[in-house]
Amino acid sequence: MIEVKSLSKSYGVFKAVDDLSFTVRAGQVLGFLGPNGAGKSTTMKMLTGFLTPTSGTALINGIDVVENSVLARKTIGYLPEGAPSYGEMTVQQFLGFVARARLIDKNSVAVSVDRAIEKLNLSDVKHQVIETLSKGFKRRVGLAQAIIHDPQILILDEPTDGLDPNQKREVRRLIRAMAKDKIIIISTHILEEVEAVCNRVMIIAEGRLLADDSPQALIMRSRYHNAVSLVVDAAEKVASILGELPQVARVELNEGELTLFPAGDGLFEAVTATISANQWQVSALRLEAGRLDEVFHTITSGGAAA
Amino acid sequence: MNSVINVMRRELTGYFATPVAYVFLIIFLVMTGVFAFYMGNFYERGFADLDPFFRFHPWLYLFLVPAISMRLWAEERRSGTIELLFTLPLTTIEAVLGKFLAAWLFIGLALLLTLPMWITVNYLGQPDNGVILAAYLGSWLMAGGFLAIGSCMSALTRNQVVAFILSIVVCFVFLLSGLPMVMNLFNSWAPQIVLDGIASLSFLKHFADISKGVIDVRDLIYFGLVIGFWLFANVLILDMKKAD
Ligand SMILES: Nc1ncnc2c1ncn2[C@@H]1O[C@H](COP(=O)(O)OP(=O)(O)OP(=O)(O)O)[C@@H](O)[C@H]1O
Ligand SMILES: [Mg+2]
Repeated sequence: MIEVKSLSKSYGVFKAVDDLSFTVRAGQVLGFLGPNGAGKSTTMKMLTGFLTPTSGTALINGIDVVENSVLARKTIGYLPEGAPSYGEMTVQQFLGFVARARLIDKNSVAVSVDRAIEKLNLSDVKHQVIETLSKGFKRRVGLAQAIIHDPQILILDEPTDGLDPNQKREVRRLIRAMAKDKIIIISTHILEEVEAVCNRVMIIAEGRLLADDSPQALIMRSRYHNAVSLVVDAAEKVASILGELPQVARVELNEGELTLFPAGDGLFEAVTATISANQWQVSALRLEAGRLDEVFHTITSGGAAA
Repeated sequence: MNSVINVMRRELTGYFATPVAYVFLIIFLVMTGVFAFYMGNFYERGFADLDPFFRFHPWLYLFLVPAISMRLWAEERRSGTIELLFTLPLTTIEAVLGKFLAAWLFIGLALLLTLPMWITVNYLGQPDNGVILAAYLGSWLMAGGFLAIGSCMSALTRNQVVAFILSIVVCFVFLLSGLPMVMNLFNSWAPQIVLDGIASLSFLKHFADISKGVIDVRDLIYFGLVIGFWLFANVLILDMKKAD
């Protein structure tokens, strides 16, 4: 369990993190969302014991990261922003170093290194010097390093940044597979990623917590939630007819796509009934779940309150 | 202790994975040779000892040790690996010691590679091998002093060049503090106790004592204290300022 208690970090008068408090329990995959400079990385640096908070603290399984930093670090695996590693070493040497530093038993170091190499598909480059690897491979080395001791808590700062689509999928699968009875915190700018792996989202801006919810609940805040979008010929005419339905609150026409916003239940049924009654040629029709990017925008630009 | 050894091993792997180690070793060997043979008149003096060889070590270290130490922490800061290192379960002291020991052992290796010199003087005559052994020990201890200063300076910045220059300046002060040139500045006005204090800070004086073959506990303690002091400062600097 991670208990964050009024965590703050200031650089001079500038507050990078401003009085954050939250609790994360085993089984949760928490995603930090927020604009650039929101304080996501700074928060992670404090949780992992790298930065000392200006005030407040965090307890990692009851151990204070400020008072007892080295002990608290033991249960954490951490991928710092930018995935730094010792470039002059080979992948295998580097992972060996981290494994020993993670206090893995001498006889199990080789096994742990091999397992991490396998999980992140690094076998082909394990004897290559890290400096000469491409960006995505470096990121994967960073991830391998973070999971090498099978930590109970994983903190990953932009884990899929720079990965190709296949590797992104692999890494998300890996995160989901590890999620059971672990605590995983990731930060990301990829909203699909949040929907794909997280079961909890925190939106942070200017160091403050603006929203803390499940991805589904956040999506439901979208004005697109339960809206119906369709593409049809003679859209203007169709729009005016559908706009008369009692279930429709608003109609928007955007690049040939018609979106109907609900005024109550049963919008989709009413729309399909009207379409078949008028025998319109509809080339696309869907019920919207909601749009996370729109929710993100509304919340971080000071629109809807949390 | 295991953490210290682990960090030390990693550092040493790093040295030999890059040209740094080989360039340093070659330059060190060439320079010691040049100084001993040309400037120290190794042959012409007609004595079978290594005095001309050791005499220039302090000056050689003044530039070569900062060249080794400048990257110790500055590079960690520049590449961001400092964040990786200090989120591993090891203390700042362990990391500082591990890095220091790696560099110190490395300089020890450079010294060992000058053993052919020793063999040569034994071939040419009958040197006092006790004195030579003491001088080797003194030289290595002095290198440790330079290195501790350099490591501490390196922790102050993310720029290796800045670290290099800072180290040379501080090392220079420590090196020169016993020379007549410096002492003359103080002689006229400072009380004797201050003069003694300044003089006793000098690397040169303590190194000269040891390399005469007299291993005085006070000289050993002196170098131990110098190393301890600067490494302690190194730890404090890192703890106060890990991120930029
Ligand atoms: N050493 C520092 N000195 C001054 N300001 C800093 C320092 N480190 C970070 N900051 C500031 O703190 C704020 C938060 O930075 P942080 O790296 O936590 O943002 P982030 O949410 O991770 O952003 P991104 O999405 O771009 O990674 C930024 O405005 C940054 O400029
Ligand atoms: Mg960041």
